[in-house]
Formats: sequence, structure tokens, C-alpha cells
Amino acid sequence: MSAVFEQIFQVGFLAAIIRIATPLAFATLGEMFSERAGVLNLGIEGIMLLSAMTGFTATSLSGSLWLGVLAAVLTGMLMGALHALFTVALGLSQHVCGIGVTLFSSGLAYFLYRLIFGQQSVPPSIKGFQTLPIPVLSDIPVLGPAIFNQFTLVYMAILAIPLAAFVLYRTPWGLSVRMVGENPRAADSAGVSVIATRFQVVILGGALMGLAGAFLSMAQFNAFTFGVVSGRGWVAIALVVFGRWDPWRSAGAALLFAFVDALQLRMQASGLGHIPYEAFLMLPFIFTIVAMAFMSRNAVAPSALLKPFRREER
Amino acid sequence: MSLPAPLIEMRGITKTFGAVKANEAVDLSVAPGEILGLLGENGAGKTTLMNVLFGAYAPDAGEILIQGQKVRITSSADALAAGIGMVHQHFHLAPRLTVLENLLIGIRGKGGRIDRAGGLARLAEISRQYGLALDPDLPVSALSVGEQQRLEIIKALFRGARLLILDEPTAVLAPSEVEGLFSALRSMAAQGLGIIFISHKLNEVRALTHRCTVLRHGRVAGRVDDPANTTSAAMAELMCGHEIVPPARGPSTPGEAVLTLDGISTSKHSGTTLRDVSLAVRAGEILGIAGVSGNGQQALAEVISGVRAPDAGQMTIAGQKVSRFSPREVQALGLGRIPEDRMTTGLVTNLPLADSMVLPRVGTAAFSSRGLLKPDAIRAFAEEQIKAYDIRCPGPMVRAGALSGGNLQKALLARELAFDPKVLIVSQPTRGLDIGAARFIHEKFLAMRAKGCGIIVIGEDLEELLVLCDRIAVMYEGRIAGTLSSADATVARLGLLMTGAEGHG
Ligand SMILES: Nc1ncnc2c1ncn2[C@@H]1O[C@H](COP(=O)(O)OP(=O)(O)OP(=O)(O)O)[C@@H](O)[C@H]1O
Ligand SMILES: [Mg+2]
Repeated sequence: MSAVFEQIFQVGFLAAIIRIATPLAFATLGEMFSERAGVLNLGIEGIMLLSAMTGFTATSLSGSLWLGVLAAVLTGMLMGALHALFTVALGLSQHVCGIGVTLFSSGLAYFLYRLIFGQQSVPPSIKGFQTLPIPVLSDIPVLGPAIFNQFTLVYMAILAIPLAAFVLYRTPWGLSVRMVGENPRAADSAGVSVIATRFQVVILGGALMGLAGAFLSMAQFNAFTFGVVSGRGWVAIALVVFGRWDPWRSAGAALLFAFVDALQLRMQASGLGHIPYEAFLMLPFIFTIVAMAFMSRNAVAPSALLKPFRREER
Repeated sequence: MSLPAPLIEMRGITKTFGAVKANEAVDLSVAPGEILGLLGENGAGKTTLMNVLFGAYAPDAGEILIQGQKVRITSSADALAAGIGMVHQHFHLAPRLTVLENLLIGIRGKGGRIDRAGGLARLAEISRQYGLALDPDLPVSALSVGEQQRLEIIKALFRGARLLILDEPTAVLAPSEVEGLFSALRSMAAQGLGIIFISHKLNEVRALTHRCTVLRHGRVAGRVDDPANTTSAAMAELMCGHEIVPPARGPSTPGEAVLTLDGISTSKHSGTTLRDVSLAVRAGEILGIAGVSGNGQQALAEVISGVRAPDAGQMTIAGQKVSRFSPREVQALGLGRIPEDRMTTGLVTNLPLADSMVLPRVGTAAFSSRGLLKPDAIRAFAEEQIKAYDIRCPGPMVRAGALSGGNLQKALLARELAFDPKVLIVSQPTRGLDIGAARFIHEKFLAMRAKGCGIIVIGEDLEELLVLCDRIAVMYEGRIAGTLSSADATVARLGLLMTGAEGHG
């Protein structure tokens, strides 16, 4: 076991945690925003997959990474708008529509990928994002190379956390989001448009989910495979609850999950070979379930979560 | 008073919900500095009319003028911009946000940020101007109902309201809080604001308002130009279309005790605890429980209705000891219950009315057999009760939530009384009800009393308790501070007991 502990404190291990946490942080923040306004977005898994696909494709066709990121973000926003159309404008069931969005986006992603790239024996890949050391900061021992020698998207995720907290807690728009998620009628009678606010938030959430997808296919794997998301969207939904719908806590939850995931990867690699590797793969999920069971008992969801708003109803 | 140009004028407002004409060609106007009373039976369309004015409902026909100018109000944002503020019957606040956050919602920030300093300054100014103070950083869930109402009023003033609509503001207030509200409203009117005040308590209307508009079945039934010098009876007649005679409570001949509490205590949990409460209700007797709310009435009601088990003490219903304290057990022993909050614990607002009306007895042979419901029996039962109790609604399959407050209360009463309970416990039975409906409910209680039912009425309205009860017990800090017979009870003596000033009786 001591070999495992030694590895924990390696720079490489810390860097791995940060990298694994990045897409989770984007996705968790996206879902958190959406739920704070009262809209559960179960489309997250599919939105991430489709964004990973469009991002990858745009880059592969144009050669520009940032064009790919843009494509992924726009995809996320578009699918967010679709989810909002069903659940916010039409007031349909958030569960059903969310699952519908996931199924539709996943199917579309596979279909378009096949259409564009055909069936190739070697899956196409791109030259993805390269690490970008930040001068001075990356020279700090241990933490420097772990945190400040990363992909640009990682830096964006790190900045997104305080930014999300600022927007949610310090801006009038963030206050509207919270009010709409707690008591939409109160927001409405204060002159805030519940429908518009929810639309905006779900689209913003979609953009963040798009970034998560882009990270997976353009920085982490540099290719699009059908398993590129593999449940990270669902995990993000759990992490939002675990993080009690707060940006800082949600990001913390993502980091914790990433720690367990990185740990199990190391354990797979480090000579505990007589245990089937699937057992290690389960570890982060078991952790999530256990942590949720303990932590979410006194977590209180936004009061209006799942509730469509119709003005003339009482 | 000499009338200046009206601040707000509504002309020919019509609003229908499906087949229900909630408002029909209604005219109404308010002058600056005027307090207008809006009266009407339950379901007369008062709330609907005000929601139209506030932009929450779109009228089918009619127009709104502000200082002579025709305006289009299609959302609450429009109404707020036009200087109209509204305090709803059910508050529109987010409990987990702070007072200041609830005030700042929808208000443009400064440099993209919430303008905290500006908000605080404005709040202080309003406090000074109208004598309405609140701690800005408390979460709303920590405020009392009266304070939440104050916040709603401040919220309207915060946005520069020149017309303030208050929908049954006193229904949720303790009698002692009402005076505070009235003096704030008077000071607002004196500073030129127009106020529309909705209430079913005619003595309040007479004390506060300058003029009244009375609605009946959605139409204007009449106006009262001098409420202070008009009798309550005359106003009631205008509202209901017929005279309202107070019910006469004959002498009672109480029998055996049907409900006894002996040394009941509860601990911790939520709200006030009960401390060594003993009382008995006899058959054919109405016992009132008076007290400022929050002195253990809720805990008492919960114990009696089997929702909460006490930590010590015993309870019997019809001579049988209650052992497990479950709602099902006490119901089986013969207890009927009408909870205080008819929206959340009373009826299921999303179910059809008929289903809600049989809910507590849905497992009995009358409404189900072999695990299957008998929809026809349920429907027939509901139809019968709707007729017997004159519940105004489109039919038994309507969503319970669509009923007006008074009709909901009648439905609950019908549900409980239909099963001939031996003991009935009710909280605030006529809160929010118009005089006619309140009378009706009082008569039903007296009829049950004559049939030998023991009734406990928990309430804050002393006048009502004095009319209805044979004995009145006063709760103070979780104890019974004293019990007075109807002959000895006066508002003054009860008031003293309620403040804990007088010892046990
Ligand atoms: N949102 C709604 N949907 C359907 N019907 C409604 C709705 N709001 C009101 N109604 C109906 O319109 C009528 C008028 O209701 P309203 O709430 O305006 O009465 P009210 O005078 O305020 O009564 P109360 O004194 O009980 O509050 C009632 O018959 C009610 O059932
Ligand atoms: Mg009303």
C-alpha cells in the first residue's frame, strides 16, 4: 500500500486529479445553474456527448482548436435551448424531456459522426490542446506544475468557479435565478420574467456542459469515441446534490470525485493486479453513492425544482 | 372627503376562467390618499380583480387608467412600473433568501452587481417614513407571519408604489398586530398613497376605509360611501344579497367526556412544547382554545389529531385510551379534524376535489373494495356534499386548488362532518371566510353540538370564540393558563390570560 501513498503526493498524481476534475467541474456548474433556477437537466449526458462530437469534428475539419470549442459551446447552448423549450416554455415533465434530450443528442452524435467520418479502421484523432505553463506560477514546487502547467480549458474551469459564485450571489441576474428557483411566483410579481430567466440559465448551463464535452474530446482523449463521456454527466447530477447547489461546494465535490477516480487509476496500475480492474473502476461510483447518502440528507433542493411555472394557475 | 382625480381607474373589467365568470364588467377607482375597501363573499372575484390590476391575469375585456391615462398592464413588471404594488393572500417571498435579497429581486444593480448599499439606504428611508422596520440580513424563514407581511409591504414601497393592494392582510395577523398594520396604512394614505384593502372582517373595514366597493358573483353589487357610519349588517346584506342573522347558541347539556388529555407534555421538536396539559371536552360542548399563536396551539392540535406522539401523559377518545398516536388510530376512535392550513395539510390541491374529500376514509368499505377504488361512490358522495354545503365549484372533478378559500373550507368541513365524529378539532375555522360562510360554519358546529359531538375550536379571534364556545381555555407558553366559562369570559379577561398576566383559573 505504501507505494500507493507515495504516488498520491507525486506531481503527476495531483495534475491528474485536476485534469479529471475539469470536465466534471464544467458539467457540475452547468447543471447547478440550471437546477438553481428550478430546471433539472437530465439531457446533460447527451449534451456532453454531442458537444464532444461537434467540437472534435469542427477542429478536425478546420484545424482550429478554438473553433472546435466554439462549436461545442454552441451545441450545448442549442440543446439547452431545446430542453428549455420543452420544460420551461411548454411546461412538460423535466425528467421525461431530459432523458429525451440525452437519447436524441446521443443518437445524433453517433449518426453525424458516422456520416462525416465513415467507418474507419483507425479512429481519426486530432492534435488536441497542449499544456500551457503559466510563467512564474508554474515554478512553485509541487503545486506549480500540478495546477499551472495545464490546458487552457483547465484554467478556464478554475476561473469559472469564483465567477459562477459571483454571478449567482452578487449580481441581480443571479438573484433572479435563485428567486426563480425558490419561488417563481415571487419573482414574477417582482417583475422578473420567470420564463426568460429559466431559458437563459438552461442555455448557460448547456454552454458549460458543452465545454465539458469539448475538454473530453479535444484535451483529454483527442478523439471522439462512443464512450467518451461514459456517465460523467450522470455523475455531475449527483455532484450537484453533493455540493448542495453551491458553486464552491459543487466544484469541491468534483475535485473529490476526481481524487477517488485518479486513485483508482493508480491502483489499477500499481501492482494490485490480482484484483480485477473493474473493481477499481467501481470505486468512484461507490464513493459517490456513499457520500451522497451521508451528505445529501440535510441538503435542501431549490423549492421550485421540477415545477413548471404557469402564471394563471393556483 | 372631496375627491381629487382618481389615481387608478378600472373600467368594465371582465375575466373568465373556463366557465367561471370571476369578474364581469367591474368598475373601480381609487383616489390618492384614499383607502378603498373591497368587499365580497368568498369567490366573488376580489383576488381575481386585483390580479388583473397587478398584471398577473390578463382581463378578457376592460381597461385600466392611471391618472386619467389609459395603460396596458400585461405583467407584474408593467404594474410595478406604473406604481402598483400588491401584497398577496399567500405571500410571494423566497423563504431561504434574506430580507434584503427579497427586496432587491428584479431591481437593476450597480455596475453589474447587486446594489447592497443602495438597498440598505432605501430600506432605512422607508422604515423612517412609515415606521416599518426589519433586519435586512435575516432569512425570510426566520420572520414571523406579521413580519413577512411587513416585508411584502416594504417590497411594494421599495419599488415606488403609489397604489398598494392588500389582499386579506389581517387574516394572518394576531389581533394585537392588526393595529400596527392599520397605523402604517393610515400614515401611507396620509402621505398620498392610494390603498385597496380586502377583508372579510367588517369591523376592520369600518374602522379603516374611506369608501367601499362591494362585489357579488363577479359584479359590482354596490358601493358604500361612508363605511364608518354604515352598519356591518347593512354591508353584509349588500355582499350576500340577503340578511345575515347571527346564530343563537342555546344552553348546552354536556354529557360524558369524549376527549380527555391528562398531563400531556411534548419536548424539543419544532415550535412550542406542551407542558403538562390536561383538559376534557364533553359531549355536546364546544371548548375554545384561545391564545396568541405560537403558544403551543399547534402542538396541541398535532397531539390530539395523532400527528405527534407526546412524551408524557395520556389521551382518551370516547373513553378509549389512545396508544399509538397515529392519525388513523384517532380517526378510528371517532376524531374529526380540520387543520389550520387548508392548502398544505387540508386538501390535496392537485387532486380532484372528490378524491380529496374522501381521502381520510378512502380505505373504508364505502369507497373501496378489495383494494380498488369505487369512483362512482366517491363522485356521488362529493356531489352530495357539494349540494349540502353549497360549495361553489364547477363540479366534483375540479382540482381542489382552483376553489376559493371559503369553498375549500366548506369542503373540508363537509368531509369531516359527513362521518359523524364524536370529537371534532378545528383550527381557525373561519379564517378568510366571508360572513355568510362563517355563519354557516358556526351553525354547523352548533348543530353538531346539539347532536352530542364534542368540539375543540383553536382560534385567535376572541369575538368568534365568545360567540361559539361554552368554555374557553387560554394557552400561554405551552400551558393552559386558565379556563373560563362562557358566562365569565370577556375579551378583557381572556386578553389578560393570554399575556400570562393572570394566574391559573
Ligand atoms: N386561477 C384560477 N383558475 C380557475 N378558477 C379560478 C382561478 N382563480 C379564481 N378562480 C375562480 O374565480 C372565482 C373568483 O375567485 P377569487 O379568488 O377572485 O375570489 P375572492 O373574492 O378572492 O374569494 P376569497 O374571499 O375566498 O379569497 C372563484 O369561483 C374561483 O374558483
Ligand atoms: Mg381572495
